[in-house]
Amino acid sequence: MKNRAFVIETDQLTKRFGNFTAVDHISFRVAEGEIFGFLGANGAGKTTAMRMLCGLSIPSSGQATVAGYDIYKESEQIKRHIGYMSQKFSLYGNLKVWENIRLFGGIYGLPAKRLADKTEELLHTLGLEKERETLVDALPLGWKQKLAFSVAIIHEPKIVFLDEPTGGVDPVTRRQFWELIYEAAARQITVFVTTHYMDEAEYCDRVSIMVDGRIDALDSPAALKQNYGVTTMNEVFQALARKATREE
Amino acid sequence: MKQFISFIQKEFYHIFRDGRTLFILLAMPIVLLILFGYAITTEIKMAPVTILDYSRDAVTRSIADRLMASEYFELYRYSENQDDVQALFRQGKAKLAIVFPPHFADDRDSRVQILADATDPNEATQLASYAAAIIQAELWEEQRIEMTTLADGGRVTPVTHLLYNPQMKGAYNFVPGVMGLILILICALMTSVGIVREKEMGTMEVLLVSPLKPLSIIVAKAIPYLLVSMVNVATILMLSYFLLEVPIVGSLTLLIGISILYALVALSLGLFISTVTQTQQAAMLISALVLMLPVILLSGMVFPVENMPRLLQWFSHIVPAKWYIIAVKDVMIKGVPLSGVLKEVGILLFMAFFILVLSVKRFKTRLE
Amino acid sequence: MENGINIEGVSKGYGKVQALRGLSLTVRPGELFGLIGPDGAGKTTLFRILTTLLLADQGRATVCGRDVVQEMMRIRQLVGYMPGRFSLYPDLSVEENLRFFATVFQTTVEENMDLIRDIYVQIESFRKRRAGKLSGGMKQKLALCCAMIHRPEVLFLDEPTTGVDPVSRVEFWDMLDQLKTQGITILVSTPYMDEASRCDRIALMRDGQLLSVGTPSAIRSSYTHSLWAVRSAAMYPLLKDLRAFPATFSCFAFGDTHHLAFREEALKNKTEDQLKEELTAYLVEKKHTDLLLTKIEPGIEDCFMSLR
Repeated sequence: MKNRAFVIETDQLTKRFGNFTAVDHISFRVAEGEIFGFLGANGAGKTTAMRMLCGLSIPSSGQATVAGYDIYKESEQIKRHIGYMSQKFSLYGNLKVWENIRLFGGIYGLPAKRLADKTEELLHTLGLEKERETLVDALPLGWKQKLAFSVAIIHEPKIVFLDEPTGGVDPVTRRQFWELIYEAAARQITVFVTTHYMDEAEYCDRVSIMVDGRIDALDSPAALKQNYGVTTMNEVFQALARKATREE
Repeated sequence: MKQFISFIQKEFYHIFRDGRTLFILLAMPIVLLILFGYAITTEIKMAPVTILDYSRDAVTRSIADRLMASEYFELYRYSENQDDVQALFRQGKAKLAIVFPPHFADDRDSRVQILADATDPNEATQLASYAAAIIQAELWEEQRIEMTTLADGGRVTPVTHLLYNPQMKGAYNFVPGVMGLILILICALMTSVGIVREKEMGTMEVLLVSPLKPLSIIVAKAIPYLLVSMVNVATILMLSYFLLEVPIVGSLTLLIGISILYALVALSLGLFISTVTQTQQAAMLISALVLMLPVILLSGMVFPVENMPRLLQWFSHIVPAKWYIIAVKDVMIKGVPLSGVLKEVGILLFMAFFILVLSVKRFKTRLE
Repeated sequence: MENGINIEGVSKGYGKVQALRGLSLTVRPGELFGLIGPDGAGKTTLFRILTTLLLADQGRATVCGRDVVQEMMRIRQLVGYMPGRFSLYPDLSVEENLRFFATVFQTTVEENMDLIRDIYVQIESFRKRRAGKLSGGMKQKLALCCAMIHRPEVLFLDEPTTGVDPVSRVEFWDMLDQLKTQGITILVSTPYMDEASRCDRIALMRDGQLLSVGTPSAIRSSYTHSLWAVRSAAMYPLLKDLRAFPATFSCFAFGDTHHLAFREEALKNKTEDQLKEELTAYLVEKKHTDLLLTKIEPGIEDCFMSLR
């Protein structure tokens, strides 16, 4: 990791809403191709931090660059070089599978020929060839999420942000989803992911845990477990998150 | 009963805590009245007129003076000849031309010619009849015409009698219309959106799995909006009475009674819409398209129903606002007592009952 | 069968989609019963049928011995229901929400305070705050208070912990443990397999059917394969290599290890230790380092994935 470039760098990044400091001077770096787990209890400030990094929200203070672009001045550039997928919104349910792929490919400016090839390739790798004409709403949740992830990285972004991508997904599909993440990381796409499944935290190269707007821990899962003298990430998380004093 | 009251209390919390909606609810009648009263008025004010006077005597001059003294007309300028009049019409400088023949004062059989720019036929008819009425009045005063000549066709035709609304004020027409519109908007739209919102939030599931009777859910949802709409009726009546100077000739109690009845029709329509929609947007769209447009277009508020194709005329019978507006005009402006609006009241009663039964039947105690 | 639940052959379809396929289940009075399965398994549909919100296409069900179709109104007085989305009024305060639901159920907050006190004290300091401004964990506690305010005989909790962080989830299950001591029957659904151990009995559910019903330990002991946790320095290549090993039945990532189940045929003429030797040699040949192979007991998630 030492020689790799950093695709996310933040320095004392802060967001206040009135008197409330949602994100409190966080500083961290994420390397190219890294799978970075962004954990924290509800209300710890994860969503706010993620919004700032995606260029959707202007910080109150601090610095950050994403994919080499400044989050204050170059948010349009950032949006072009990242992918985003959340549990709530990802695809249009009343469009067919191929229509969704074409739509998002188009939004990210893929040339027509390349988009056509990419669509076939994507349907093939996901095993969705038969579902080409199916409305996305009619797909099982797990397939939907796998499709949504593939669509989120259709333009080969530098970074993809995943907000609780596997909530409610069945155990087998959840693991297949993570295999897609590994493949993306192998192609040097950085994966920035939030999850409430602690076994998934173990799949990350490094994990940060937010408590009360600050990053209280940041290391590889193995190192974190060693530091806290426990055997699972769940125990690490419980030990840290229980220190939280604020209620959003 | 306690259940019921606390439900209504909760509805009021929803209304009062959503400041923007509350503001719209209370400001809407004022905005609509001002819009109809001043901006999109169908009334005629200061229409430019040209006069071609071949006679130039005392009578024609006094007629001209009287025309220009009214708030409807202003003199653009006198014309020299027919070509001049045509030119003014073409340039849009004049909307109306009055032509007096030579020797008007002496020749008892001579007629005044009124020419109007009929690119807007409604306006043209209106202008012509206003002018005719004013000329008629002047001639009458001058003792220039007698009843007999009137009957024979007289000097000026047509003869229009403007009953109940001597100044031809548009407010007499649109105030009942605005009332019809506001009540539908608030009662139907807000009720349907209010119920559907609970479906969307999932709170309806919990309410259904409770000992609450579906009927009390419905009634408790409706009552706050009924009250808000009555506040609106009061606002409209006061504004129209004090600001637009529309008198309330008939019984105020009867007027309010009819308004409550109409509000009930609107509430049941809102309820019905809530039983056929699942999202707030859908409820809003349906309320706007299915309820508001017919109120504006088919109730006689803007366009006279009599001039519409037969099919639309027939369709306008099922628009509740049409009957409400007829009844309100009768009571408010003509001072007709209850016995005079029995037909309208009966129709509204039937509509309220029919839609209410239909929607209570459709309101499911389960989810599908 | 005082306040138990009985379900016999219940089916339900929406158009082409079959949500429940002839499902039968008995929940005993006072039991904390978990329905465990992913989204789309039919959990919500089953809850809605039991809370009289939906009619089943086939089969019958009783709650507290009362038929969910014929005695709908009676059941609605006996049960508490917390739907999947926290169904609170976001523009009402914590206190107002609670009072409203209390009066809807013809009771008062004071009358049943003893039942909800333990939970309510955790949110009491926010009682003037609008529900829409609470965090996920707080909303969940308030929703639970609202669902219990009328002292129901049976409590239906549809995915109460979905989208809630692990700490709040643990707290929530602690609250359910307390409620159980009051004799309330609780049927709770969850997509989190690790929550199964908190239930008296569970049913694993997928595609509208029950895969397995029993106590968590009984379900775990019914797992038949020989299960191993495997770790190496390179986890993703390890997964692929393990899947390619001839004796592998299934292999899935499980946090910091992969869970490998051997084929039953592979153990017919070899001992487990022999297989372990073979596998170690195979992985060393594939250049894996820091190898760790341990035989483990299956968890609920292993069981769920093995049931096809």
